[in-house]
Amino acid sequence: MTDIWSQIFNFANYGELLVLLQNSIIAGAVLGLVGGLIGVFVMSRDMAFAVHGISELSFAGASAGLLFGVGVVEGSIIGSIVAAALIGLLGSRARDRNSIIAVLMPFGLGLGILCLTLYPGRSANKFGLLTGQIVAVDNPRLNSLIAISIVVVIGLAVVWRPLMFSSVDADVASARGVPTRFLSLYFMLLLGLAVAVSVQIVGSLLVLSILVTPAAAALRLSSSPVIVPLLSTIFAVVSLVGGILLALGGSVPISPYVTTISFLIYVVCRIIASRRKRQGNSRRSALARRVQS
Amino acid sequence: MTSFSSAAASPGVPATPATGEPVLQLSGASLTFGARTLWSGLDLTVRAGEFIAVIGANGSGKTSLLKVILGQQQLSAGTVDFLGEPIRRGNRRIGYIPQQKLADDGVPLRARDLVGLGLSGHRFGLPLPSAARRHRVDELLAAVGATAYGNVAVSTLSGGEQQRLRVGQALAGDPRLLLCDEPLLSLDLNYQRAVSELIDQQRRARDLGVLFVTHDINPVLDMVDRVLYLAGGRFRIGTPDEVLRTEVLSELYGSPIDVIRTRGRVIVVGAPDSAHGHHDDVRGTNTGGAAS
Repeated sequence: MTDIWSQIFNFANYGELLVLLQNSIIAGAVLGLVGGLIGVFVMSRDMAFAVHGISELSFAGASAGLLFGVGVVEGSIIGSIVAAALIGLLGSRARDRNSIIAVLMPFGLGLGILCLTLYPGRSANKFGLLTGQIVAVDNPRLNSLIAISIVVVIGLAVVWRPLMFSSVDADVASARGVPTRFLSLYFMLLLGLAVAVSVQIVGSLLVLSILVTPAAAALRLSSSPVIVPLLSTIFAVVSLVGGILLALGGSVPISPYVTTISFLIYVVCRIIASRRKRQGNSRRSALARRVQS
Repeated sequence: MTSFSSAAASPGVPATPATGEPVLQLSGASLTFGARTLWSGLDLTVRAGEFIAVIGANGSGKTSLLKVILGQQQLSAGTVDFLGEPIRRGNRRIGYIPQQKLADDGVPLRARDLVGLGLSGHRFGLPLPSAARRHRVDELLAAVGATAYGNVAVSTLSGGEQQRLRVGQALAGDPRLLLCDEPLLSLDLNYQRAVSELIDQQRRARDLGVLFVTHDINPVLDMVDRVLYLAGGRFRIGTPDEVLRTEVLSELYGSPIDVIRTRGRVIVVGAPDSAHGHHDDVRGTNTGGAAS
């Protein structure tokens, strides 16, 4: 039993490890920013399932990249972008979109497993693509991660208002001349990039914990278009950096820590929201009584 | 022909045609999809301050007409001008109020943000806080009677409250023409009344032309100046008294129709719901009056 605990939590030589894994922590913070921001749009556009679909194809791409020596990062970006483009082009309506994702997802997983099976290298790496890494993020990898993240964040900032308009009220946005079709494809490409960088850190099966859970939690607490992205980003950064800090000493991948923290934040937000709602209801009915009398 | 409900007495139907400047002009307009003609030879001038209801069965081309005016659909023939210029897409002087669609929980918007999208939702770049903008949103919220719930999440508002915000959002662009596509659908009778009165009041206050697509004329019967009735590829335009008559609609549909006026409501009996025979929701004007 103590064995298991020391595997999960081990803070011996923590200071030295912290220095060693500095890159991972920076990567986590950057990724939290990306996930927190894009998650708001994933929720507004009701695309949680699409995130999962893209991440499976990203896994396929990463595995193929490993097998053919193209590189895991490059492979996962290609896989993500192809999936995002397919979903964006073929699935403009929610119904079509869901069926296309459901068709792509098992195909991507199968392809990924095939490539991994054929790959002669170490198996710990293979597992990492699905469930996240333990190993440190090296410098070139950190640089590519930061570069892609900057593209996503700036890309979102530029179209923030029209993208929000077309996400919540597509008909009116389109009547107002917002290029909804273009924005939808543009968003899918950004989402593809965000998924590709997330897969590097938490693995393709757990991407939702960064790209969806924090935003979903934030939406429980607020409806303000300023506070929701802010909270969502804070939640995502806390989950990732917190997860990495807890995982430092143990021999477990960071993803269980990240997903657990992000899940707990969500649970707490739900509880706060339901309490508030109860209070709000009683306040509202009191107000209604006063208005009636 | 004086069977309007008592509430109709004050606004009433003007005896003289509207005299405001023309806002929208369709001439010889036709819309054809393949072998199917939705309408042809349509001449219609909407003047400032004029409220025109567009009614007709499902599939008669009501919504397509709005799409033409929004520049999302090309005419097969004829021309359409807005404020004397050919239609272009995304003109902000045209306000658009669609069917009510409840926002769900995943939407980070409060009432004031929904209205604010009407002001700057089309602009690229990061939104910067601005006092002038906040003031304008407050004005719009007040104009549509939504001040009380300005900071409430849109997803928690009722359908009628959401439609009030939609009106505010449409007014944000300082429009000359309001296009309403079934804005009363799925609202209860009280809210139908409230939302249509709000639109009526705003068009009077701001001298707006209004094209109001509806399957049921009754909620707006005492507000409309003219009716555009589309059926089977043909149409009639005129005051409600001129168009909503047994002989006029019988001729339009080419089959016997009864128009019954009772208790201030109009009931059209016997209209084929769709002139093209495909199965549609039978909620058209033929039964609309019976609902109360």
